Amino acid sequence: MIVIRLIAALGSAVLGMLAAVGRVALFAGQTISHLLRPPFYFKEFGQSLITIGYFSLPVVGLTAIFTGAALALQIYEGGSRFNAESVVPSIVAIGMVRELGPVLGGLMVAARVASSIAAEIGTMKVTEQIDALVTLSTNPMKYLTVPRVLAATLAVPVLVAVGDAIGIMGGYLVGVNRLGLNSAAYLSNTVDFLEFWDIASGLVKGAVFGFIVALMGCYYGMNSGRGAQGVGRATKAAVVAASVMILASNYLLTELFFSA
Amino acid sequence: MITLHQVHKAFGDNHVLRGVDLTIPKGESMVIIGGSGTGKSVMLKSVLGLVAPDAGQIIVDGQDVTTVERDAFLARFGMLFQGGALFDSLTVWQNVAFRLLRGSLKKPTEEARAIAIEKLRRVGLKENVADRFPAELSGGMQKRVGLARAIAAEPEIIFFDEPTTGLDPIMSGVINDLIREIVVEMGATAMTITHDMSSVRAIADDVAMLHDGVIQWTGDVEQMDSCGDPYVEQFINGRAEGPIEAVR
Ligand SMILES: Nc1ncnc2c1ncn2[C@@H]1O[C@H](COP(=O)(O)OP(=O)(O)O)[C@@H](O)[C@H]1O
Ligand SMILES: [Mg+2]
Repeated sequence: MIVIRLIAALGSAVLGMLAAVGRVALFAGQTISHLLRPPFYFKEFGQSLITIGYFSLPVVGLTAIFTGAALALQIYEGGSRFNAESVVPSIVAIGMVRELGPVLGGLMVAARVASSIAAEIGTMKVTEQIDALVTLSTNPMKYLTVPRVLAATLAVPVLVAVGDAIGIMGGYLVGVNRLGLNSAAYLSNTVDFLEFWDIASGLVKGAVFGFIVALMGCYYGMNSGRGAQGVGRATKAAVVAASVMILASNYLLTELFFSA
Repeated sequence: MITLHQVHKAFGDNHVLRGVDLTIPKGESMVIIGGSGTGKSVMLKSVLGLVAPDAGQIIVDGQDVTTVERDAFLARFGMLFQGGALFDSLTVWQNVAFRLLRGSLKKPTEEARAIAIEKLRRVGLKENVADRFPAELSGGMQKRVGLARAIAAEPEIIFFDEPTTGLDPIMSGVINDLIREIVVEMGATAMTITHDMSSVRAIADDVAMLHDGVIQWTGDVEQMDSCGDPYVEQFINGRAEGPIEAVR
């Protein structure tokens, strides 16, 4: 009896999850279809670019510099076990641009942006502002979702690029000042080893992560429950879903890009 | 003309509307009364398509609202939401002129602003609130901005969800007169939800009472006092004793 009940509970949980995945996929499809059809709200898009992109620079920059610095220390320590301290610059650079830049940048943006989008749109939902938009002949998907998703998809790769550069600089500062590596050699090593695709793959990841972050913020905001508690739940769910999806899609993209 | 026919709506096991039948003739002012939580707002929203009824039909000027072309349909409506529902990222005048700043009714910015200020004046607000944000206004002022937004594009059909709740008696009088004026002057069809009996007498041509998910009574406002319906009697006289339970 208990076994059957357990299986039933598990089954309904799985079904519930599949339904949620379906709803998110449908939402993503609607967003893309609205992206391609007028009217377009350029002012809202510009504002989103500033709040999502520009104002995320400090967070992403700080994350990157400390990550690059720690990475240099770790690789130096690990490398010295078999006299390979000279790999520090190239591994810092590759680790930063391929993996840590986009992933940590994406996660920080998820924390900052998915939460604020979900809270803003969720509040609009519970205070009937979304209903008001509809009665004023304005499609909330076009007016709220499309500008945010588009802005995040375009801005996060730029943030990742900036983060890459700052992360490499963090590694350089530690490498030269703390570990006594040669400054000129560090720089030429970094430049020589990095390939175009190392950087480009990280930027593509950034675009995907940006899309995910804004989409989750909008999805959970639009489906927020009633009252302050509903908005709180929506915000939490948006950040959790965005973070998990970033990590999962990062694995899939890495498989896709780098496994021959 | 707006016709609701056997409209049902439930949220989970909360069966809010249980077969609403109601007709609002063109150019008339219908006032909906009823206890709080009886589904008056849900009924209004179902006409606008913001809430999808579980069963029944809603017809506006011969067209079923579920199949009508949405943009053109909504362009004819104005709605004041119970909580105001102002966009808090926009200033007061941008809220009022929202429709006039984008879409099919787009006007030059200066003209839209001038219209917004004129509408604000009609709801008793001075020009100096135009550039403030909704969060800087009192609840009653927000409500009036919402009212100005509802009438800004001169709609043919206007819904007011508790327009005078939270206003002082003088401002209530101003708003009652304004609603009456809009119906008479603009020939608009209006549906107003209110608990305020002085509002009912000031703005209604017809009155309908929603109770237990159905229209309990509907008729001319003059007949209201002598209709003999115990529910209406209890409600308009504000008695604790009667067929409507105080604990709901
Ligand atoms: N979106 C919703 N989800 C769940 N329940 C709702 C929703 N909207 C309204 N209700 C419920 O429907 C009932 C009627 O609400 P409403 O129409 O707002 O009442 P009122 O007559 O005071 O305007 C209430 O019990 C309310 O909790
Ligand atoms: Mg209500």
